[in-house]
Amino acid sequence: MLLNIGHTSKYRFEHPVHYGLQQLRKTPKSRSSQAIRNWTIEIEGGRIETEFTDHHANDVTLISFDPSATEITIQCRGLVETTDEHGVVGKQRGCIPLWLFQRSTELTRATPNVRRLTKGLREAHDNDIALLHALSARIIDAVRYEIGQTDTATSADTAIERGSGVCQDHAHIFIAAARAMDFPARYVSGYLMMDDRTEQDATHAWAEAHIDGIGWVGFDISNAMSPDDRYVRVATGLDYGEAAPISGLRFGAGSEALTVDVTVAQQ
Amino acid sequence: MTSGQKFFDEMRGINDVTRAPYDAYASWFQSEDPKGLIKEAKEAEAFFRRTGITFNVYGQADAEERLIPFDIVPRIISSKEWALLAKGIDQRVRAINAFLYDIYHRQEILRAGRVPKELIARNEAFLPMMMGVEPPGGIYTHIVGTDLVRTGESEFFVLEDNARTPSGVSYMLENRETMLQMFPELFSSIKVRPVAGYPTALHASLAACMPPDPSPEPTVAILTPGIHNSAYFEHAFLADNMGVELVEGSDLRVRDGRIAMRTTRGYKPIDVIYRRVDDDFLDPLNFNPGSLLGVPGIFDVYRAGRITIANAPGTGISDDKAIYSYMPDIVEFYTGENAILKNVPTWRCSEPESLAYVLDHLAELVVKEVHGSGGYGMLVGPAASRKELEQFRAKLQAKPGGYIAQPTLALSTVPILTKAGLAPRHVDLRPFALFSPNGVQLIPGGLTRVALKKGSLVVNSSQGGGTKDTWVLEDD
Amino acid sequence: MLGKTAGGLFWMFRSLERSENTARLIETGFRIALTRPGSEEWASVLKTAAADQAYTANHGAVEQSRVINFLLRDPGNPSSVMSSFSQARQNARIVRTAITREVWEAVNDAYVSLKDRLARPVPERDLPDVLAQIRQHSALVRGTLHGSMLRNDMFDFCRLGTFLERADNTARILDVKYYVLLPSVMQVGSSLDNVQWETILRSVSGVRAYNRLNHGKATPMGIADFLIFDPRMPRSLRYSVTKILSNLRMLHAEYSDWHACHDTIERLDRRLTRQTVEEVFEEGLHEFLTEFLAETGRLGAEIETDFKFTE
Repeated sequence: MLLNIGHTSKYRFEHPVHYGLQQLRKTPKSRSSQAIRNWTIEIEGGRIETEFTDHHANDVTLISFDPSATEITIQCRGLVETTDEHGVVGKQRGCIPLWLFQRSTELTRATPNVRRLTKGLREAHDNDIALLHALSARIIDAVRYEIGQTDTATSADTAIERGSGVCQDHAHIFIAAARAMDFPARYVSGYLMMDDRTEQDATHAWAEAHIDGIGWVGFDISNAMSPDDRYVRVATGLDYGEAAPISGLRFGAGSEALTVDVTVAQQ
Repeated sequence: MTSGQKFFDEMRGINDVTRAPYDAYASWFQSEDPKGLIKEAKEAEAFFRRTGITFNVYGQADAEERLIPFDIVPRIISSKEWALLAKGIDQRVRAINAFLYDIYHRQEILRAGRVPKELIARNEAFLPMMMGVEPPGGIYTHIVGTDLVRTGESEFFVLEDNARTPSGVSYMLENRETMLQMFPELFSSIKVRPVAGYPTALHASLAACMPPDPSPEPTVAILTPGIHNSAYFEHAFLADNMGVELVEGSDLRVRDGRIAMRTTRGYKPIDVIYRRVDDDFLDPLNFNPGSLLGVPGIFDVYRAGRITIANAPGTGISDDKAIYSYMPDIVEFYTGENAILKNVPTWRCSEPESLAYVLDHLAELVVKEVHGSGGYGMLVGPAASRKELEQFRAKLQAKPGGYIAQPTLALSTVPILTKAGLAPRHVDLRPFALFSPNGVQLIPGGLTRVALKKGSLVVNSSQGGGTKDTWVLEDD
Repeated sequence: MLGKTAGGLFWMFRSLERSENTARLIETGFRIALTRPGSEEWASVLKTAAADQAYTANHGAVEQSRVINFLLRDPGNPSSVMSSFSQARQNARIVRTAITREVWEAVNDAYVSLKDRLARPVPERDLPDVLAQIRQHSALVRGTLHGSMLRNDMFDFCRLGTFLERADNTARILDVKYYVLLPSVMQVGSSLDNVQWETILRSVSGVRAYNRLNHGKATPMGIADFLIFDPRMPRSLRYSVTKILSNLRMLHAEYSDWHACHDTIERLDRRLTRQTVEEVFEEGLHEFLTEFLAETGRLGAEIETDFKFTE
C-alpha cells in the first residue's frame, strides 16, 4: 500500500518565547514492513539545530525557536510504501539489551491494577501471541476508548482507575502488564490510515512485545489487532516520553495552544 | 574500636621509629619551636579565609561558607610507594573506562556472567541513553579521583573510585601553595615533586578529547552549578588557572548545532565542557526536567558529536558502591591482569548470606549506602551508640540492596600539630588521574583528608575532617 | 568574556560605589545633626539614598539611630552599606575568574571585617570609626583594581559601573536640594545658608576642594557649576560622563562594535561640554537633572543589553 502522509503541528504562544527547543521524533525509517519513498520536515518560526540517532535508533531532530517567536509550525510530509507483516517486526537490533525493555517507568508501573489484568492469562494460554492478544482484549474491555479523559502524563495505573483513555493509555497499560509477565515491551508512535477517512484525529500509538523465537510483535490495543499495511512506525521507546513526536522546553511566560493536523491517504 | 589498638603511623611506623620518608622532615621539626609553628598554623587559616577557600556544607540551613581546617604537618609518600600506587591507579582507570565502553555497547562482561546483569539493570546510575554513544577520543572518565587508605607498610586499599565529578583538587594545589609560602626552606632541603602543573595538564588532557569536527577556535569551558555550590571555589579556581571561562547553564544555548556561550560580543561555541554538574541536572530537556542548572539540548549536541562532555554522562555506573565489590573482576576481565591495588573486602547486603553476617556483626562494620556520598547515611559500627545501631538495623532490613558493609579498617595515621605537640590522626588519600587518548597521567600528590578528632575514622570535610599537603618525594 | 562576567564586574563596582556613597550620606547626616540640632537633614538623606519610602514603610517616623541603622546595616534595605557590600562581594564571587587575586582579597577582606563590625547596631560613638573603615576598604579595593588589573574590557566594565553609579548619585544629591539652589529662593550671586551648601558639598566630599577653588564663597551657581560642570571635580557629572565615554570608547576600540550606548554617551558628553551653568538655570535645574537621570538610566539599560549581561 502506498500511503501519503501529512502531519502539521502548530504552536501558538501567548507571549513571545525568548528561547525554546524541541526534540522531534518524526522521521520514519525504512524496514521490512515499510519503505520510505520520500520524507521532509519543514519548520516555520524556528530552525533545525542538529540531528542524531538515539539509543532506540530513532532519528531525532533538534530545533530551536526563532528569537521572540509567537508561533512555530512543524510540517512533515512523505510517501511510504507498506506491506502487511501481520505485526511481526523482527529481531532486536543494535546494542540495547532486551532486559532494558523490562524496566518499568513512571508511566508504566506494574501496580496492583495492572497486575489484576494479567491474572490467569499464563495458565489459560500456552501460546504467547494468543496470550498477548487476550491481554489486549482485556485492556480495551476495562478501559474504553474516549478522548479527553487523559493526557500525555497519565500513567497506566491512572487510566485503569478512570476506566477510559486513548491509544496511548492502552499502549502504556499493555506495556506495564506485558513487563509484569516478563515480556520485554515497548511503546510505538506512528501513523494509521483509518479506513473511512483521510483526516485523522492525531498520530497513533500502539505497543510491541518481544516473544522468544519470533522477535518483536506489534499490538494495537485500541483497534484490537496487530498492525498491518495501514500502519507506519515512526519512533519507539520505553514509554511515551521516549517516543513522543515532539518534546520541548521554552523560556517565556504565558500559555500555548497546539493544533495538530494529520492526514493519511492511500495514493 | 578496641582501645589500645596499634595503628600504623606513617611517620613513626608501629615501633615508634621515624620512617625513612619522614627523616628529613622529622629532623627539621625537631629544630623548630612548637609554639612558633602553632602561631604559623593560625596564620595559614587567616590566609585561607582571605583567599576565600571555603566550602558550603550541604544540609545546613544557614549555608555559610566554612573553611576546611588545614594541618601544617605534611603527609609524605616515598617515590617507591608512589610508583606502586601510580601503576595500580593507571590500571584501574583504564579498566573503568573499558568497563564503561562495554556496558554502553555490547555488555560482554554481563554476557560472560562476570558481573550480574541485575546489578546494572536495576541500577539508577546506569544511563540507557548512553547506549551506543561513541565519546570523543573513546574517553568516558577524563578525571578520576581514587580514594585510598593504608593499613600498613605496604598495605594500600582502594576505598572508592570517584569517576563522576571528583572534587578536592583545589585543596591539593592551595595546600601546597600555602606550605611553599610558610616553609620555603623545607622545599629547598627536601625534594618534593611539584603539583602546580595540574591545571595545565588538565587543559591539555581535555583539549586532546576534542570532538571530531571542532569549531574554528577550539574552546574548553567549565560548567558550574553556580556560586551556591559547595565546590564553587574550586570551579572558579580551576577556570582561572586553566585560563578558560567558567559558565553556568544560563550562559549557554544551542546555536548552529553547537553549545555556545553568551559573551559580550555574542555567542561563541564551546567544544569541550568540563562539567561539575551531576548527570541528572545536566540537561532538563533530556534528563530531570526540573533542573534549572543545566543546559537544555546539550545531550542532543553530544549525541550529534559536536561537543565533548567530561566526564561523560553515565560514568556513575562504574563508581557505584555495589559495582565496587566487582572491581577486581572488572580489572581482570579487561586487562587480563590481577588488580594491583586491593579492594576492601565488601559484603553486599543484597545477598541474603551477606546480610545475615552484616546484621550479626553490625557493631564491628562500616555500612554505607550504595548511592551515598560525602559520609552521609553511613554507619561506623564501633563508634555508634546502641540506639544508632538499632535504627540502622531497621533501615538495613527494610532495604538491604541499598547497602554494602566493610570491615572497620585500621586506617593509618599521620601526626597533626596540636597544642600538646604532634598527635596521630587517621587519614585517607585521593590522588587525581587524568585520562586522554595520550594515556593516564597521575599528578604526584593528592588530597589527604584527616580526621581531626582523636580516634575518629571519618575524614569527610562535611563531618569535621581537615586536609594536609601531600608530598611525593623525588627519587633519591 | 562572558556577558554574565561583564555584568558581574559592572554590578560589583556599582555596588561598591553605592555602599561608599551611602556611607558618605550617613556621615553628612550625622555631622549636620551634631552641629545643627533640629535640622531635618535625615529626611533628605533618606530621600537622596532613594530609601525614604522603604524607611517610612518599615519604621515610620524619622529618628536618627533608626535611620543610621537602616542605612548602615539593614538587610531589608537593598542600598544599605552592608547590603550593597554583600552584593558587591556576591558579584565578585561570580566574576572570581575575571578579577585578580588582589582585588578579590581586598573585597573579601572588607566583607569579612564589615560583616563582623556591622553584626550589631553601631553605637554613635563608634560611628566615625566604622565609617572611616568603610572608606578605607573602598579605597583599598579601588587601589587593587588600579594596581593589578589588565587595562582591557574587564577593567572598562568595572569603571563603567563605578562612574554610572557616581553620576547618578551626584545628580540625586543635587536634585534633592535643588530648591535651595534656585534663584527664586536666593538672589543669584548672594551667599547660601551654610547648612545647605555644607550638606551638598559634604555629601560629595567636596567642601575643601570647593572652598579652595572659590575662596570660601558659596553661591548656588558656583556649587551647581562645581558639581555639574567642573572637569577637575572627581564626583561631578562632567567628570563621570567623561570617564564613561572614555571606557565605552575603549570597548569600541577593542570590540569594534558600535552600540546604542555609544550614541547615548556621546550625546550626554556633548551636552555637558557645550552647556553652561547659566543655561541650566535658565532651562530649570530640576528639569535638567530629571533629564540627566533619565539619560543615565537609559545608558545603564543599554550597556546591559549591548554587552549581553543577560539574555
